[in-house]
Amino acid sequence: MDWINAIVQGTLLGGLYALFAAGLSLIFGVMRLVNIAHGDLIVLAAYLGLTLSTALGIHPLLALGLVVPIMALLGYALQRGILNHTLGDDILPPLLVTFGLSVILQNGLLEIYSADPQKLQAGAIETASLRLGELALGYLPLLMFAASVAIIAALQWMFYHTALGRAFRATSDRQDVAQLMGLNRAHVFGLAMALALAVTAVAGVFLGIRTSFDPSIGGGRLIFGFEAVIIGGLGNIWGTLAGGVILGIGQSLGAQINPGWQVLAGHLVFLAIIAIRPRGLFPRMDG
Amino acid sequence: MSQRVTRSSRLSQGAAVLGLLVLILLAAAPWWAGRADMRLMGEIFLYLSLATLWNLLAGYAGLVSVGQQAYVGLGGYALFALTILAGVPALWAIPLAGLLGALVAVPVAALIFRLRGAYFAIGTWVIAEVFRLGAAQVSALGGGSGTSLPADVVRAMASGRDAREALAYWLALGVAMAVIGLAFAILRSRLGLALMALRDNELAARSLGINIWRTKFIVYVATAGLTTLIGALIFVQKLRISPDAGFSVNDWTAFVIFIVVIGGIGTLEGPIIGTLVFFALRETMADMGSVYLIALGVVAIVVMLRAPAGIWGLIRARTGAELFPISHRVRGTTTKETADGKKA
Repeated sequence: MDWINAIVQGTLLGGLYALFAAGLSLIFGVMRLVNIAHGDLIVLAAYLGLTLSTALGIHPLLALGLVVPIMALLGYALQRGILNHTLGDDILPPLLVTFGLSVILQNGLLEIYSADPQKLQAGAIETASLRLGELALGYLPLLMFAASVAIIAALQWMFYHTALGRAFRATSDRQDVAQLMGLNRAHVFGLAMALALAVTAVAGVFLGIRTSFDPSIGGGRLIFGFEAVIIGGLGNIWGTLAGGVILGIGQSLGAQINPGWQVLAGHLVFLAIIAIRPRGLFPRMDG
Repeated sequence: MSQRVTRSSRLSQGAAVLGLLVLILLAAAPWWAGRADMRLMGEIFLYLSLATLWNLLAGYAGLVSVGQQAYVGLGGYALFALTILAGVPALWAIPLAGLLGALVAVPVAALIFRLRGAYFAIGTWVIAEVFRLGAAQVSALGGGSGTSLPADVVRAMASGRDAREALAYWLALGVAMAVIGLAFAILRSRLGLALMALRDNELAARSLGINIWRTKFIVYVATAGLTTLIGALIFVQKLRISPDAGFSVNDWTAFVIFIVVIGGIGTLEGPIIGTLVFFALRETMADMGSVYLIALGVVAIVVMLRAPAGIWGLIRARTGAELFPISHRVRGTTTKETADGKKA
């Protein structure tokens, strides 16, 4: 029963990892950019949620109504102001610039909020759970999982059924031709980053409700998101959800064997998958 | 007027003479420098070595790793394990650690070379995390909180504290010179030509018969081994290790990347200039804590956006200067000297 419980809890945790990964997957798909600061942006969103919910005295989930647009605006500004200038054939500039951003964000948060761990208080819902036989499913993890699936479904629908999605796919396929067809590449990339950081905002607030956080944990969240993307296969957003769930199950099974092995087990599952299927389980595009 | 192709120039010969004089002066430091200065200089040499190796990896072989802390930490832990658990003398443990690092790098390379470009970068970070979490499980070396080098191991290194500090200093200086010398020798060899060809155009390099996977593999394993050896030296100086200190992404990768980017990536001179700039900044701003790190991040971003070739790149673009003679120059043509930039 413990093992079944570990698998169920791991699956729910995987929803959060898929949310970490969705933003990464989206911007890689549209502009081939790997954002090293992604994890730190997740942590930034958690701190924004903390400041807004305590300053306004509102529930962290309500604060999302403000955190999401703020992060989206930040994403657009970041893309137009800095990241668009790094894009080209060479992978080094975007990598190093986002690495610099990561260091700036981490130390900026440290300066403002100190290194003390913080947590978002979500009230009674944090401990409430649904009992199914011997399994106890927390309402909060269930809600987060449902939100992750809904967000990923919405991204998928947006990508294939809207004008914006068509613009994303067109620039992803051929940037120069898309530009000739009247799409402003810089603006499209700005919108993609805005959307990615809107998703990141939700991921950050969920993270803050689920566990305590401090400015140094961004790198770890980036790695979880990245592992979910690679396990699922590049360019496949449902694959990313599957990747997140596999990673979550790997971690909770590892923790079941030995509490110290949780994160390590997740990494080993990832390494095993790239050893067997280097392109991930359900790839749609090449790296 | 006859034409001939040379590599050295009057500038590079002058630089070699000056470099030799500086080296003699530095080697004599135990007789003229205080203990604190020697520790600082030792740290500078070790960072210079790490930067030169990362530059070889990212600037020449195109392998942008953000996970070199895997090998620094591995070196530190290998030193502690060999001396504490196996009773090997510390001076023997250092080269053994380097050998171990190269051996470990072989399966690691086989695995993460499956990831391309930026995903390779994060893959190297995953490896470093695996090593860090693994080290935290080794209870014989203190688990998550780490351990210190026992006093008798330290005492056995040399007679007296002064002699030990001088030894650690000379080892750091010697390794820095060896690493720069090796990088210079590699870049002038066939392997170096292959590296520069694939840096400039991978497809063209492959069509000329260069085995890209093999070339990158050799560079990855060699830099991993040397980085591990440097890691062992770093923790000979520190005398204490923990998983978070050994496998710190900030200390062993972020700073090293900033050094190379600010100095000039893809040149041998760049890491030297970058290291001097980095330590000058650190010594003047260190007490500002995280503000200093924010400033460093901003400088690195501005350099990457405005002057991607770094400080040395700017100097070379103006003057064609090259302190390490790597590229070929044709002399005796109508233009006095054609410096062909970075393309050898």
